[in-house]
Amino acid sequence: MAATSGEARRAQPVTTTAQVAQSRDVGAYRQLTLLAPGVAQTARPGHFVALAIGDERSSMLLRRAFSIHRAAPGEAGTVDVVVADAGPGTHWLSELRPGDEVAVLGPLGNPFPVPTAPTSCTLVGGGYGSAPLFWLAEVLRDRGCRVDLVLGAATEQRLFGVETGQQVADSTTVTTDDGTTGAQGRVTDALPQVLQRGRADLVYACGPMAMLRAVTEVAASHGAVAHVAVEESMACGVGVCMTCVLAVRDDDGCTRMVRSCVEGPVFRGDRVRWDAWQDGLGQVPADALGAPSGGH
Amino acid sequence: MGQEVDLSTQLAGLRLPNPVMTASGCAAAGRELQQFFDVAELGAVVTKSVMRAVRSGRPTPRMAETASGMLNSIGLQGPGIDAFIAHDLPWLRSVGARAVVSIAGGDVAEFRELAQRLGDQPGVCAVEVNISCPNVANRGLVFACEPASSAAVISAVRAVLPQRIPVLAKLSPDVTDIVQIASACVDAGADGLTMVNTLLGMSIDLDRLRPKLASRTGGLSGPAIRPVAVRCIWQVYAAMQAGLLTQVPIVGVGGVRSGGDALELVLAGASAVQVGTAIFNDPCAPIRVRDELAHELAQRGIARFTDAVGRAHATPAPLTPAHTTPAPLDL
Ligand SMILES: Cc1cc2nc3c(=O)[nH]c(=O)nc-3n(C[C@H](O)[C@H](O)[C@H](O)COP(=O)(O)OP(=O)(O)OC[C@H]3O[C@@H](n4cnc5c(N)ncnc54)[C@H](O)[C@@H]3O)c2cc1C
Ligand SMILES: Cc1cc2nc3c(=O)[nH]c(=O)nc-3n(C[C@H](O)[C@H](O)[C@H](O)COP(=O)(O)O)c2cc1C
Ligand code: FES
Repeated sequence: MAATSGEARRAQPVTTTAQVAQSRDVGAYRQLTLLAPGVAQTARPGHFVALAIGDERSSMLLRRAFSIHRAAPGEAGTVDVVVADAGPGTHWLSELRPGDEVAVLGPLGNPFPVPTAPTSCTLVGGGYGSAPLFWLAEVLRDRGCRVDLVLGAATEQRLFGVETGQQVADSTTVTTDDGTTGAQGRVTDALPQVLQRGRADLVYACGPMAMLRAVTEVAASHGAVAHVAVEESMACGVGVCMTCVLAVRDDDGCTRMVRSCVEGPVFRGDRVRWDAWQDGLGQVPADALGAPSGGH
Repeated sequence: MGQEVDLSTQLAGLRLPNPVMTASGCAAAGRELQQFFDVAELGAVVTKSVMRAVRSGRPTPRMAETASGMLNSIGLQGPGIDAFIAHDLPWLRSVGARAVVSIAGGDVAEFRELAQRLGDQPGVCAVEVNISCPNVANRGLVFACEPASSAAVISAVRAVLPQRIPVLAKLSPDVTDIVQIASACVDAGADGLTMVNTLLGMSIDLDRLRPKLASRTGGLSGPAIRPVAVRCIWQVYAAMQAGLLTQVPIVGVGGVRSGGDALELVLAGASAVQVGTAIFNDPCAPIRVRDELAHELAQRGIARFTDAVGRAHATPAPLTPAHTTPAPLDL
């Protein structure tokens, strides 16, 4: 099994007001470039930021979480995020224009663990879930890793970063549910072949829960370890509220309800209790530590 | 700012350098917030309600945003009292923070046992009793909804804690007569009252056509409930002024996001203020609220925080004629 390093895991998060440097449409999404040097400084692929919606009197009190698409440290110090307009909060963010300000909290969570020696890696992204993968691909390539990308979405408009993928990865495979581009089908239909061709030991995935589960299973059947970035509703993003939990097995095989904002969002796929996840609800497995005998 | 404001306050023998605390369940045990500001600078850190045993909490989604607030149904997930005493209390002590420990139980015996365990622990400044949890022995009815159940819990806790540790009863606003519950708690030995806990609420997902929370209902918090908190504090403080119950300090909580919001609760009668949901919007909210509160007081020429407590109850000065034109139906 490929060794991954735990170096530079959690970073020191900062709160800052960032100016929007750029805002542009990319397919069905909006890509924002934010001037946030304090965040860019310590960010790694897999970290996320929490953006406040509106000003200090906004009726939308909770921050929204976004994977960092890429961070450029240095003088300007920019952080890019890719926003899907999915509701009132993301809509407000999509409307931001250069010069506007937004409150940023980050970098949050644990980044993707990267291998200590050159390893063959396959990266799988569903929809905007591909956003953090190109930066990760560059980091892996710098370490001498082979990188194969699999990008999938419902339809062509909802793919993100196919061209970038072609520049940074050894191969890029595209799937769409409706066949508007690439192979018709799901990422997991294309994945076995990509894993075989690249003889991958490590798989990284970001996208909907059902996809993460399927990717974990395909990876396991090819002898590869999957690291997946989950998306749970978060109120605080910093570990104080306990809203973002999911059932994960620890090193001793004990299942706990862990906070995805500070203990994730990246988990080893084979540690996540996918059986607890059903129809958008995250159940507490009966064998989880502290599970209710008669209901809480 | 020009003028220095004395922010110190007194809670049943407990002297605090300033009146701003975190609200239980919104700051864990302080450690995560230490990344953003020094929690020892707060009046106190109120920790997440701890129970006897480790607890997994409820299924997810556990939260839903609502207009100016949110619903939560965490289900008191926590490590249990042993782990809390082994890890969280020592950490709070190591950074010099004042700890107010919140406890929750399913029956009176559990509350008593938790209080017993905490009584001889160093670094416990006060115990806040979260009686807004279901009473297993009484069909799951919340303790705080009944004067007798509330009193039973408070007197059990008061009896086993050393006198130097004040007991704060945390009340639910979801009751017909909050003064009656407050009175029962004070008679049972509560040294102070924390008001208010969340209000029971519900929200439905229009796409999935089902409740947003996995547990269906949850506690409503945030600025949306501030008027309810102000009203509860006002009613209980007024009842104390009228001699209907013994005067004890009130800790105000509910929807505080700014120093002005905190001042509103103080003017209604709160001797200290907790900041909860606002932390999720701004992790620095508690310390910011402290500084803003000092500024708000200074702007009004109030040099001592304690002079503002309950100030809105003072007989109003006669208004100028322009403002006194009575409405046709003055309700
Ligand atoms: C770690 C992480 C990384 C993410 N990365 C991205 C990204 O790169 N690009 C992107 O477009 N989106 C991303 N999301 C999802 C994004 O946070 C939600 O789409 C967004 O919060 C929705 O807000 P809204 O007001 O538009 O929608 P509403 O549905 O009105 O939101 C209401 C509430 O539910 C929460 N919520 C709703 N949908 C989600 C969701 N899918 N995940 C988490 N919370 C949700 C919101 O935070 C808010 O509190 C990520 C989520 C997480 C947890
Ligand atoms: C996520 C969350 C968890 C909470 N957990 C507790 C708790 O464990 N014990 C408790 O007494 N109150 C708990 N509360 C209630 C708060 O302490 C507070 O009374 C309430 O949220 C109102 O204040 P606010 O509007 O400032 O949040 C919780 C509130 C939230 C939002
Ligand atoms: S979002 Fe609050 S603990 Fe994870």
